[in-house]
Order: sequence, then C-alpha cells, then structure tokens
Amino acid sequence: MDLLANLSQGFAVALTWSTLLLAVSGCFAGTIIGSLPGLGPSNGVAILIPLAFSLGLDATEVLVLMTSVYYGAMYGGRISSILLNIPGDEPALMTTLDGYPMAKQGRAADALVLSGVSSFVGAFLATIGLMLLAPLLANVAYLFGPSEYFALYLLAFCTLGGLASKNQIKAALASAVGLGIAMIGLDNQTGLPRLTFGELALMDGVDFLVAIVGLFAVSEIFIFIESHGKNTAIGVKLDKITIPVKDIVNCGFTMLRGTLIGFFAGILPGAGASLGSFLAYMGEKTVAKDGDTFGTGNPKGVAAPEAGNNAAAGGALVPMLTLGVPGSGTTAVLLAVLLTLNITPGPLLFEERPEVVWGLIASLLIANVVLLIMNVPLVRLFVKVLSVPPHVLLPGIAMVAFGGIYSLSGSSHDLVLMIVFGLVGYFCRKLGVPTVPIILGILLGNNMEDNLRRAMIISGGDWTYLFSSGIAIGLWVAAIGGFVAPLFLRNLLKKPKPKI
Amino acid sequence: MKADRIFGLGVILIASFYLYHATLIPTGFLSDPVGSRTFPYIVAGVSLLCGALIIIFPDKITDWPHLRVYGKIGIALLAMYLFAKTLRPYGFIIPSAVVAIILSYLISPNIKNAIITGLSLSIGLFLVLNYGLGLGLFAFG
Repeated sequence: MDLLANLSQGFAVALTWSTLLLAVSGCFAGTIIGSLPGLGPSNGVAILIPLAFSLGLDATEVLVLMTSVYYGAMYGGRISSILLNIPGDEPALMTTLDGYPMAKQGRAADALVLSGVSSFVGAFLATIGLMLLAPLLANVAYLFGPSEYFALYLLAFCTLGGLASKNQIKAALASAVGLGIAMIGLDNQTGLPRLTFGELALMDGVDFLVAIVGLFAVSEIFIFIESHGKNTAIGVKLDKITIPVKDIVNCGFTMLRGTLIGFFAGILPGAGASLGSFLAYMGEKTVAKDGDTFGTGNPKGVAAPEAGNNAAAGGALVPMLTLGVPGSGTTAVLLAVLLTLNITPGPLLFEERPEVVWGLIASLLIANVVLLIMNVPLVRLFVKVLSVPPHVLLPGIAMVAFGGIYSLSGSSHDLVLMIVFGLVGYFCRKLGVPTVPIILGILLGNNMEDNLRRAMIISGGDWTYLFSSGIAIGLWVAAIGGFVAPLFLRNLLKKPKPKI
Repeated sequence: MKADRIFGLGVILIASFYLYHATLIPTGFLSDPVGSRTFPYIVAGVSLLCGALIIIFPDKITDWPHLRVYGKIGIALLAMYLFAKTLRPYGFIIPSAVVAIILSYLISPNIKNAIITGLSLSIGLFLVLNYGLGLGLFAFG
C-alpha cells in the first residue's frame, strides 16, 4: 500500500502541466540527440544540463527534464543503427546486427516500430522494477558506514572502466585523474586550499558541469572535425509505416527476457546499458529456435537488445538513487545534476525528499508512454532530423554548450577550462582512455576521501577497519573481481558481426 | 606503440608534478589520522604506476589523423578560446557568429554555407536562449 500511496504522490507532482510539458520536450530533444550518430545519451544530457539549470526550474522539474532526455536518447539510439548501420550510441550497437539487415531487406519501417515497442516494454517494466527494488536497496543502504561506502565507491571505479574500456590500466588511470581533479580546491575537513597551483580561480575546485560538458560535448566537436562529419544520413528514405503485429506478438517473450537481463545488468555499478543490450542479444540468440538466423535480419535480434538496453537504463537508476553510485556513464552525468541541485542520493533521499524520487519515477512512466507515441507514429520526423548536415549541427552543439555554461557562471575562466577538458577528452578518446571514470572521479572523489578519513578517525588510524564488516569485504571482493574479470572475459565477450 | 609510450611518459611527468604539489599541502589543526595529503598521495601513486605500466605494455594505436586535421583542430581551439575571451566585452551575437562560421567551414569548406549557418545560428540561438529560455545573455556587450 505504501508503494501505491507513494506513487500517487509522485503522479500528483508529475501530472502538472509544466512538468508534463518538460517531460514531452525532454523526450523529444532526447530522441533527436540519441538518433544523431555519435551523440549518445551522456552527450545529450551533458549538453542540456547548463540550459536546464539556467531556466530556474525547481529540483523535481530539472530531474524530470533530464531523465526524459536520458530515456529519449536511449529510444533514439536505435534509429541510426537501423537506417545507417551506425549506432547512435554504444548501447545501440547490438541493434545494428539485425536492424540494418532488416532495413536492407526493405523492412526499415517494421524494424523501427518493433524496436520502438521493445524499447517501451524494456523501459516501462524496468521503471516498475526500479519502483519495487529501489526502496528495498535503500533499506540495505542504512547498514552502510564509512568503510562500506569507501568500498562501494571503489567497486564503482573498478567496474565502470571494466567492460567499456579495452585496457584496464587506462581505466584505472582515468579514475585516478578524476579523483585527482576532485582534490583541487578547499579541503572539506580543514578548510585549507589544496593543489590550487597558486590559481585563485581554482580555490572553489573544478566545477563538474564544466568538466562534463568539456569531456563529452566539446571533445565531440573535435571528433566531428576529424571525421569531416562523414556519418551523415542525407538521402535516407522510409516506406509507409505500419504496425508489424505478427513480429511484435512473436517477439513478446523475447522482449520480456531482454528486459529481465537488461534490468539486472543495468543495476550492476558501471556495467550499464551496453552490457544489458549485449547480454540480452546473446541470451536470445542462444534461447531462440531460429537463433542461427541472428545477424541476417531476424526481428528477435532487434527486439532483444532494444528491450535490454532500455531496461538497463532503468536498472542503472537503482544504484544511483539509493546509493549515490551511478550504474552507467549517463547516470554519472545525472548524478552531477542531483549534486548540483543539492540533492544527495542515498537511502535518506527516499525519506527526506519523497516528492523528488516518486515524482521522478512517475514522470519516467509518463515519459515512456510519450516516447512510445513519439517513436512509432512520429518516427518519420526523427528520421528527417538525421539529415541535418553536420556543418550546421556541430556549430549548433558548440554554441548551445558554450551559451549554457556561460549563462550559469558568467565566467570566461570556466569556458576556457571547458575547452581544455574538451581537448583532454579528444586525446583520451584517441588513446583509448575512457572518459566516464574521470567524471565519476570528479563527482565522487570528495565523498570517497571523506569516508576514508571518517573511517580512520573512528578506528584511530587502523586501516584494517576498512575490511571490518561482511558487506565491506563483499564489496572489496566484488571490486577486485570486477576489475580483473574483464581481462579474462574480454575474448569471450567479443561482439558478433552481422552475417551480411 | 610510440604514441602510448609518449603518453605514459607524460602521465609520469604530470603525476610527479601533482605529487610535488601534494607535499606542499598545509597540515590542518584537527586531529585526523589520514590528513589532507594521504588521498592525493594515493592518487598520484596510482597514476605513476599506470604511467609506468602504459610504457611497459603500450597499445597499438593506428588511428591517428593526418597532420592537416591537427591544423584544423588547432584553428577550432583558437576560435573557441577567442570566443571565451570576447563573449563578455562584445556580447553573444558577434563572437558566436564568428566561431560558428569557422567551425562550419572547418567541416564543410563552403564559405557561403558557413556564413549563412554562422549568422543564422548565432542570431537564432540568441533569440531562443535569451527570450525563449530567459538566459540573460547580452547581444552586443
């Protein structure tokens, strides 16, 4: 009953005209961003964060807007996968395997509708899963003290670089860089400046929004310049859109299986939607009777990863809201949104700010319905967006990013710092250094250090205190396992190639 | 291989610089067994280790762009830097038009298209950001 009461409270928040309008605009903007090749949900949310803050919205409204963008981008990612064989973002990669062959067989519209419905099933059920599981996990989080939190943060760093990165050393380096940047500024405990290198502007530390927009959005500009905007979609044609009822019915169980796998993959800190869609696809390939036709345009090969990656997007919100540890790159960016709003995710959030949590959950449910409507009958509109030439798109992204950050801080110093982060992000991508752990380090660095110092004060400097409880030991083992496992699993988890 | 070795060396240099500055962090008055320096030391230590490991086990990175591309990126960087520095004195419209024209031209070298894109983007975005979203930017300083 509690659940229903909480949810009705959430709907009371979410069903105001202004919140609904934000959810619809967020879904629309998100789908556009997700469908543009190369611009994934992290970039989308990153570019729009400064704008959202400049609008003077309250905490719930900002969250509704940003999560709608997030879900929208997850839906939109499939459009360019199917039509161009270029994933809009990393999680949509698996959709290219059967989606593009379907499009080549003249069934592009079917593939788009089927994947839209699968995305809806995945995301909707995952939101219900989030509703059920998050309060339970929040109760477990009450058992956490400083040593458990320290181990939990370590787990997030060890697994976040994990499968997403090709090189564990570089993933570890990225985490260290982020943590190192977080140390700049005034020390939380002593109030004395640290590592400011004599720069007065660094006394306040490095604003993580500046870092996020730089690493994600500005580095994208350099990548575009390098590729001359080759990933364009001019000339994409789409036939009449009909509902492929037979395919949808045939794929019913496929979607449910994909959702289940994706949701739990999303909950794992750091694994995120890419792993969700990968496991959903591979799982379905093994289970399906016609598994050998996967890669040649089998509708199940479209339904499974789409349900999986959208379910993972919902799953990734579970650890972010209950423990303050993001389950994916985009939820790391959303965590930045929360922290900027002075909302500290964690078990207390459910008690202290129920309107935020349940308003968010209710608006996610609404966003899903909006997205289904947008992505099935209106999919043609988003396909048109794909044909915006890059020489217009890229300066547009740059201007929105710059305008947003400038209107937040009014400081040219922040803009210059953002450009520096953009350049760092570009070289990181070239050198295979993942950028998400850098963001995570900047976000969680101070909390991680505070928990370490608190643990040491409690124990009087006894380092074994970090392993003093069952939960802490379990988290340490999981962290080490999460860091080491990809070394062995990488060959096993090689992504399959399409057969045509 | 070579790129990664240079990168690893760069990491070691920057981490050493960071470590040196970490030693200069003043000690607080509160009793704290860990103190302000320990965490930065750990971070610098991990970075040094990673730098060394990258030099020992470098990746093969073959995806380096042509030198001309770096020229373009350099121009884009300079344009963005000047934008950041001129935004306050000259307002939003002129600096953003200039940087949008340059970025557009760098991607598709057609000066007419670039000028049309730049001007429409800067004026259009100014109207949207300022009047649509109420961001309070200045048009001309």
